[in-house]
Order: sequence, then C-alpha cells, then structure tokens
Amino acid sequence: MVAEEIGLNDYLEANGVEPVETDLGEYIIQLRHEPPSHIIAPAIHVNKEEVADAFRAAHTHLPKERVLEEAPTLLAEARKILREKFVAADVGITGANFLIAETGSTVIVTNEGNGDLTQTLPKAHIVLGSIEKVVPTLEDAATILRLLARSATGQEFSVYTTFSTGPRRAEDADGPGAFHVVILDNGRSRMLGTEFQEMLRCIRCGACLNHCPVYGAIGGHAYGWVYPGPMGAVLTPWLVGLEEARDLPNASTFCGKCEAVCPMRIPLPKLMRRLREQEYERKLSPPAARWAIALWAFAARRPALYRLGASLAAQILGALGRRTGRFRTLPLAQGWTAGRDFPAPQGRSFQSLWAERK
Amino acid sequence: MSAREEMLGRIRGAVGKGRAPDAARAVDARLAAHQTNLIPARSQLAPEAKIALFETMAREASATLTRISASSDVPEAIARFLKQENLPSRVAMAPDSWLGGLGWEKQPLLSIRRGRAEPSDDVGVTVAFAAIAETGTLMLLSGPDTPTTLNLLPETSIVVLRASQVVGAYEEAWAQLRQVRNGEGGVVAMPRTVNFVTGPSRSADIEQQLQMGAHGPRRLHIVLVDE
Repeated sequence: MVAEEIGLNDYLEANGVEPVETDLGEYIIQLRHEPPSHIIAPAIHVNKEEVADAFRAAHTHLPKERVLEEAPTLLAEARKILREKFVAADVGITGANFLIAETGSTVIVTNEGNGDLTQTLPKAHIVLGSIEKVVPTLEDAATILRLLARSATGQEFSVYTTFSTGPRRAEDADGPGAFHVVILDNGRSRMLGTEFQEMLRCIRCGACLNHCPVYGAIGGHAYGWVYPGPMGAVLTPWLVGLEEARDLPNASTFCGKCEAVCPMRIPLPKLMRRLREQEYERKLSPPAARWAIALWAFAARRPALYRLGASLAAQILGALGRRTGRFRTLPLAQGWTAGRDFPAPQGRSFQSLWAERK
Repeated sequence: MSAREEMLGRIRGAVGKGRAPDAARAVDARLAAHQTNLIPARSQLAPEAKIALFETMAREASATLTRISASSDVPEAIARFLKQENLPSRVAMAPDSWLGGLGWEKQPLLSIRRGRAEPSDDVGVTVAFAAIAETGTLMLLSGPDTPTTLNLLPETSIVVLRASQVVGAYEEAWAQLRQVRNGEGGVVAMPRTVNFVTGPSRSADIEQQLQMGAHGPRRLHIVLVDE
C-alpha cells in the first residue's frame, strides 16, 4: 500500500513506464481505475460480473465470445495474461512487510506467489518499504509473522513468506541482477516521541477493518484515501494532515472492537479520541459544532442548570412535535435531519423520570 | 542534508538516542544476540510427533504428502505421483547432488532436465533446507543447486524433504541456517532468497472464493523420506 500512498503508478505512467499490478485484486482495480477498498482484499467491493467486464475491456486480443462466468475461468485468464507480463517485465517492484536490520533483508508475504515471480524473473528488483517495517532480527520477524496471517486471513501462515537479501549470486541460475531498496518516511518519523508512535507498530493485517461496524457499513472507498477503517482513521490524518482528514477519527462509534482484535495491541480508540481533541484544539471543526460543545460543557458542569435546560427542551420539543411524533427538520441540526427524522421527546426529561421512580 | 540524514536525525531526536554514547553499542548487542521471543508450545515435541504435526499442518494447507522409508525410492514415488495425477512426465529438477544421486535411471519414463525452471515447465522438483512443523511450512533456499524458479513457475511443485530436516518452530530453522552459513562478523550469510512455502498458491480476490494456483504452483507435493 506504500506504492498507493505515494501515487507510484500514476507517476510511472506519466513518465513512460507501464506499471502492471500482479496481485489479482490489485490487477482488477487497476483495470477499473479505482483505489483499493481494503488493505488485504483490495477488490472486495467488486463482483465477478464486474471482473469479467474489466477483463473483456482490457484483454481485447482474446475471443469476444469466450465464457467468463465463473471465478476459476477469470483466475485462469488473469494467470495467463500476468504470466506473460512477469516474463516480459524489465523491473519488478515489491513492497515489504518487514525489513530486517540484522541482515539487510526485505520480507514479502503473499498467498498468490506474485511477490516471488515479481522479484525472480525481471532483471532488477526494487523494494519499496517504509521505516516502521524495520525489525531487529530474523527471530523478531518470526514472532510477528505468527500474528500477521492469523489476523489478516485466519490462515496459520501465508503461503509465501520470502526473505530477500541482495541480487542473484554469481553462481545462481535465476534471480534479478540488481536489488535496490527504497525506504520511505512520509511523515512517520514525526509520530515518534508522541503518543501516536504506537501506530507505527501496525502490520497492516486489516483485522480492525474486518471488525469495524463503521467500515462494514460504509466500505473502504468512503475513507477517501489508501488506508481505510480504524487504522486509516489514525494514520491518514498523520500522512495527509488532520485538516484534510478530520472526519476520519470522527467516523467511529468507539465500540472498541478494533483495539480488541489488534494483534499489535494498538489503542486505536484512544488515538482517535486524541485526534478529535486536536481537531477541537486546533479549531478545525465547524463553528456551530464548537459552540454547541462549549454550550453543552458549560451546562454539564452546572447540574441544576442542566436539569432545567433538559426539562425545558423536552417540554417544548414535546409540545411542538406532539402531532406527528417526529421532526423532519430542526434548526442547528439539519445535518442530522437531512438523512432521518428526529423523534419528538414525550414531554419529560430522563432525569426527572428517574428522580420520580427512585 | 540528504533525505537519509534528515530521517535518521528526526528519529534520533525523537527517541532521545542522540546523546547516549553507548546507544550504538546497545543496538549492536541487541542484533547480535538474536534472542528468540515466545515460541508456541505446540511444536515442541519428540521427533516422531513433530513429523506427524508437520504432515497434518502441510495437508491442512492443501499440500499433498507421501512418506517413504528409503531415499532410493524417491524417483519411484515421484513417477507414481505424476502418473496418478495424470501429469506430464517431463520434469525440471534441481541440480542438487544428493537429489541427483538417488537413482533416476530406474525411472526411464521420466524425462529430466536439470537446472532452473522455464515458464514452459509443468513439473518442478527441488529439495528443502528445513521444514517447520508448527504450520506445515517448507523452508527453501535459493542457490546454484536449488534455483527458486523450480518452486515458483511450474503448475506442479514437488519438494523432497528428509525427516531429519523437520524442526518445530521457525526459530529453530533460523538457528540451523546460522550454523551452516556463518558469515563475516558472525552475521548469517543469507542466500539471495529464503522462501517459506506453506501449501500451493491461492487467491480469494474474486468474491472471497478461495481458488488454488493464482500465480505460483496449483499443486504442492511433498515427498518425505525417513532416511
């Protein structure tokens, strides 16, 4: 996903280089000219009819009347086309799940084997990694690899986990002649020394996406950038700026599932809450929202005033809404009522009912 | 200032290591110790139980496996597998000397080419460095005797493994590699690639439907030899 983060494909295309995605899901969304919607299953939003349409539009040299109804036929076609691309490519670019400090190795994990073909057949292998992927030793990588597949796909271990160290040796019969590693920072080192440095432990397994009720309801594209779900809600504001992504930390119910399933124990709700505070402190939220919060905070610290206000509001709104039992629109809350009706209170505040029953 | 210096400077500043004179030594010591972290107990077994766990886990990852007692039976076991599965008898084979000396001339129906695999090859045969019982994983090293293409390009990948090569956890396999490839300054001399392979290639990228043979082999067959 680091390549998506820096817009690598667009840059290469603009400079006369033809990039071909090789992960089946990435290939599908590349043909459809859209961003990934999940960090592990990038084409999870696409159905097989849409895949067939994309293949027909792209693979125009194949017979038009061929049947492309089932997933195995689609996979077989992609395998054949991409195999030709692997053999013809001059340069293979892979990401890195880990970088090993001890040996200078890069590690890539796949189930398809595309990472291996990408680095074995072309003349040069370029690895695109980022600074937080560095782990000290091979033993440390083993520990974290145990967590990755289980949290990402529920597998015991991914099919291919490959440690690459340098170009082909003089006596080797295969492998790339050149091996080049690019290590990206892109805002990550600024997180060090802050409470957000815990986010640098993220291994991009996607477990927090899979368990997030908000991600499940709105899908990955709604997050607007490369990293969706709770991990994206914390990471994206750091990488693109909070002013560009201030909605993301607010798109959470704080149910806490993301933190519960995170194998690296990243306190995602705490970090999202901290980003909301920063949004308020830096005056990035709209004035109406800020005034409303200030007003509420003023009243909440004065219980008598709060009770009086709540009672008055319940009575007035209850009287106004008695006929229909709901409001189609409310002043200061149009954002909320644009999508649904606001139920009219029944005339008494919760606190007064509670006091009466006690 | 180069981007590299800028990044390293920011990291040093943030973690407060700029001032500590022995910080670099602490890092060196941490790397040199290559200590193991927590290892799951399930693979810490007696040899025979460890091999049984490897078999179970490899099968669970959709590999197939034949266990034979003598290495001289490897050629016959492979010929039988190819016939059973109705696969071509043209084989690309690793130029490994142990593998080469197993008596292939007794299987005249196999046509064997030694060296790396080409995209046109249907069957690849190679040897493993170790196998990890914990997850049924093969550990393969690239090298002149074991070209990586053999276990990546053909639709059928066959790997010959000796029972004595089965270890419990990944950490034990790393320890063995450190032992046989002890390089300069005590740092392990890594081959170009170390490939951990667990079952055949697969993808669930179309409607979350699991399918075998995405880019790598559609079948992974392990021939496990007791001696």
